Amino acid sequence: MNYNHNDRKTISVKLFDMSPYFRILCVFCIVHLAACNGSVWNDPYPAGEGQENILYTSFSERPKHLDPVQSYSENEYAFIANIYQPPLQYHYLKRPYSLIAFGAEEVPQPIYRDTQGRMLPANAPTSQVAYSDYVIKIKKGLMYQPHPALAVDSLGKVKFHHLTAADIAAVRTLADFKETGSREVTAADYVHQIKRLAHPKLHSPVLQLMSAYIVGLSDLVSDLGKASKSSPDDQFVDLERYSIEGAQVIDRYTYVIRVHGKYPQFIYWLAMPFFSPVPPEADRFYGQAGLSKKNISLDWYPLGSGPYMLTVNNPNRKMILERNPHYSRETYPTEGMPGDQEAGLLRDAGVLLPLIDKVVFSLEKEQIPYWNKFLQGFYDASGIASDTFDQAVQSSGTGDVGLTANMLERGIHLQTALATSISYLGFNMLDPLIGVGERARLIRRAISIALDYEEYISIFRNGRGMSAHGPIPPGIFGYEAVGKSGINQYVYELVQGEPVRRDIQEAKRLLAEAGYPEGRDLKTGLPLLLNLDASATGADSKARMDWYVNQLSKLGIQLVIRSTDFNRLQDKLRRGTAQLYFLGWNGDYPDPENFLFLLYGPQSRVKNQGENASNYSNAEYDRLFNKMQHMANDHERQLIINRMLEILRYDAPWVWGFFPKEYTLHHAWVSNRQPNQMANNSLKYQRIDWRLRAKQRALWNQPLFGPLVILLALSVIAIIPAYITLRRREKRSAIDRGSQ
Amino acid sequence: MGAYLFRRILYGILVLVGVNMITFGLFFFVNSPDDMARAQLGLKRVTPAAVEKWKVERGYDKPLFVNNAVQGFAKVNETIFYEKSIKLFAFEFGESDQGRNIGFDIANRMWPSLAVQLPAFMIGLPIYLSFALLMAFLRSTYVDIWGVLLCVLMMSISVMFYIIAGQYFFGKLWNLVPISGYDTGFDAIKFLALPILISVISGLGSNARWYRTIFLEEMSKDYVRTARAKGLPEHKVLFVHVLKNALIPILTGVVALIPMLFMGALITESFFGIPGLGSYTIDAITQQDFAIVRAMVFLGSVLYIIGLILTDISYTLVDPRVRLS
Repeated sequence: MNYNHNDRKTISVKLFDMSPYFRILCVFCIVHLAACNGSVWNDPYPAGEGQENILYTSFSERPKHLDPVQSYSENEYAFIANIYQPPLQYHYLKRPYSLIAFGAEEVPQPIYRDTQGRMLPANAPTSQVAYSDYVIKIKKGLMYQPHPALAVDSLGKVKFHHLTAADIAAVRTLADFKETGSREVTAADYVHQIKRLAHPKLHSPVLQLMSAYIVGLSDLVSDLGKASKSSPDDQFVDLERYSIEGAQVIDRYTYVIRVHGKYPQFIYWLAMPFFSPVPPEADRFYGQAGLSKKNISLDWYPLGSGPYMLTVNNPNRKMILERNPHYSRETYPTEGMPGDQEAGLLRDAGVLLPLIDKVVFSLEKEQIPYWNKFLQGFYDASGIASDTFDQAVQSSGTGDVGLTANMLERGIHLQTALATSISYLGFNMLDPLIGVGERARLIRRAISIALDYEEYISIFRNGRGMSAHGPIPPGIFGYEAVGKSGINQYVYELVQGEPVRRDIQEAKRLLAEAGYPEGRDLKTGLPLLLNLDASATGADSKARMDWYVNQLSKLGIQLVIRSTDFNRLQDKLRRGTAQLYFLGWNGDYPDPENFLFLLYGPQSRVKNQGENASNYSNAEYDRLFNKMQHMANDHERQLIINRMLEILRYDAPWVWGFFPKEYTLHHAWVSNRQPNQMANNSLKYQRIDWRLRAKQRALWNQPLFGPLVILLALSVIAIIPAYITLRRREKRSAIDRGSQ
Repeated sequence: MGAYLFRRILYGILVLVGVNMITFGLFFFVNSPDDMARAQLGLKRVTPAAVEKWKVERGYDKPLFVNNAVQGFAKVNETIFYEKSIKLFAFEFGESDQGRNIGFDIANRMWPSLAVQLPAFMIGLPIYLSFALLMAFLRSTYVDIWGVLLCVLMMSISVMFYIIAGQYFFGKLWNLVPISGYDTGFDAIKFLALPILISVISGLGSNARWYRTIFLEEMSKDYVRTARAKGLPEHKVLFVHVLKNALIPILTGVVALIPMLFMGALITESFFGIPGLGSYTIDAITQQDFAIVRAMVFLGSVLYIIGLILTDISYTLVDPRVRLS
């Protein structure tokens, strides 16, 4: 229903005379119109912002840490990976994932040395290599974002490093420091950050791992620990007074990191924010007593040299990244994969990055409002939750997935990508029933066949996943397609080149061989009873658990679901009291070592509090792992991995579960989006056609006043008889009323 | 009255100690300090040494209530309970387990909560009272019967339904307000309109029914008959005499809630993305941040006790016969 201004005015005036409540409504509408300032009524962003080169996205959980030595979760990397500039990064388009230079001039090659420090050839045996040196040359001219910690006066002296109590009392946020400065990034800043890993107050999650590799890091931890104990709690720890043997500055633009032995995976760590440059001025500035009480810290206000800087940090509402004005050296990749050119992914080849000026992250905790705002055009991209899957995606008769007509009509695009992660069901190998001995192995293999993960993926994940034949996901070196050696022949058989799950009768046979025909103990006649510890949450968790129970009931096994919270599950895993459990792993870097170590004996959760939650131990596997982890990605390494996978499939310490498949949607005005499971700094590549967005938003969000008028009319209609009755009663005589 | 208030405040302190002990006990019954450390340190590569270090730095390495490793008063004061609780009584909330200043966060986040709760309260109360008076006055007519039915219906529906339906109709279908979000200043109005409307509507059923019961009881009294016999217009009988005399039970329920307006609404804030204290508490519970949970429960208790004391004082204002002694 449309009204012209005069009609609306007439209606308003008449109703205004009728009801005082309508007066309030009119005031609201006027204020609302004023607040909307020309944009559509339901626009959640400030007026006029839709006309800018801004990407709108969301976050559901406030990041715990933004300090690059502490951050280690995806929701934190969504911000800091775009703010900081570690030496390396992943190529945005090329697959398999490959490292390229970021802060560094080039990807460093390790220089192997013996115990005497003599250089060894690149193919030197691992046993001879005492140290690996990574000499990193950084790019000249990299600049930090504008920041008060770097502000200097006319004499070149830092401005805000000697704040008085009165100065600190006058500030509430970092923005209250009106002057900012910048300077060139130096090799010393990269070394400073490595020293920060050892800072006693910062709790870097990779400290223990890195202490085992970076020479001298554990000594620095010890020195800083002693210094920290002998000084007051809020005393600033000046890292510049300490040095570390394994991280040395060679010149202004070169530094070297020395690690113990051969550790080829170290190079992947150089692409993580843990190794980004942080200027010592940042620590001196934030270390001033009193600032932390105002929550002004590096953990809250990052200082980086990457493409973006965090200009608004209100994780209770919104966080905003804006283009770092000093970032101008990087260009869009000129090479990609076959098909990328045709897909338009190389249209911006060679163009300076970032392509978007500003990224607005709004807090959106609930799925329903998030989805609806995406459909209204207020978010540029979205994932797909289970409850909105049917609205967005439909499957064809051939099993292909595509968008629904409604999505296509809006010009929405779908992208899918297999995640570099695995979701699995693990057996506790210390458990006498399902972990120890040949009988247990047969039970595990029977269960592996019985749990039909193809069905699970179809029912509970809307087809978004791929059943796993081992721990290494596709896209990671070591993974082989099912048609080759990639099949788990203990669970599947090849039929016309396709893997087909083995018949349930085979699982029953294995179970009978284990002494449990039809799921009952041959000696006692009692049913085989297993316990699954699950911290299942969500609307469909009951259905999922029932599915597991039903699957094992096919074998006559009674599965007891022990619902627990995640803390209790972790506790049980640490103590080794869980029998079956669910877990998942999201790869840190694209190397098979990062997945195969999850079943490496010395990583046992019970013995060493490691990541091997199944406490699986196999001498041959461990020996091969030790060899494989130091090797380059060549044929020999592949053969070793194949053997390791064969051992795992035979022993079946996990039911391999599935590799999740991620579905993402984006509007027609977003381009250059390419799923990249390793690169967290992909914002800089994306492009927005904000003119198209503004047009579509205006089209999709025209306010409808008709229903509101009807609602008001109904309210009035409901009130009028009551009003008439009231008036009638008032006019009755007192005696009549009193007699009631 | 001074002595009465002093006594009530002393009782209040005892209540606070009790509430604090119960919160502490419940929290640590389901969460060990190890769990808290692991929740803060993340899931990957967390070593026992890192967990231990985290606990030592935050004082979670000590026994919960009694420290048998030391002698004398230290048995009590060198415990997690003592160290974490005693400062609360000076309103020093300290740092969250994530390292942020809780007092600073509370001071920032109470305003968005108030921005929703206060207008909802101010708009809702007169509507509930008017509707209840209307039903009471028109007792046994179709207005009363359908009104009670409507109230029961509205009481039976979860607040979540109102939120989802409100967002769907007003935000998505009719495009009148943003579905969720928040802003400060003048721009906040468009975000607050729907949560306020929903808060008012979702409270209508239970409140109007409760007030109707109070008014019905009051309207059967002799002074009402007298007022009518004097020829007073009905709106004066209702809004001046009946309402005034029914204020004591109304105040009992209402005044105690006023300080609680600062604490926000958990579900509403979560669905509308309002950065208030309600969502702050929910986040803290999900992230197992005991420092925040403890501070918020303590603050809630303090505000509730203040509310109860204010209720008592308000009795003396509306009924001169009441004396606080």
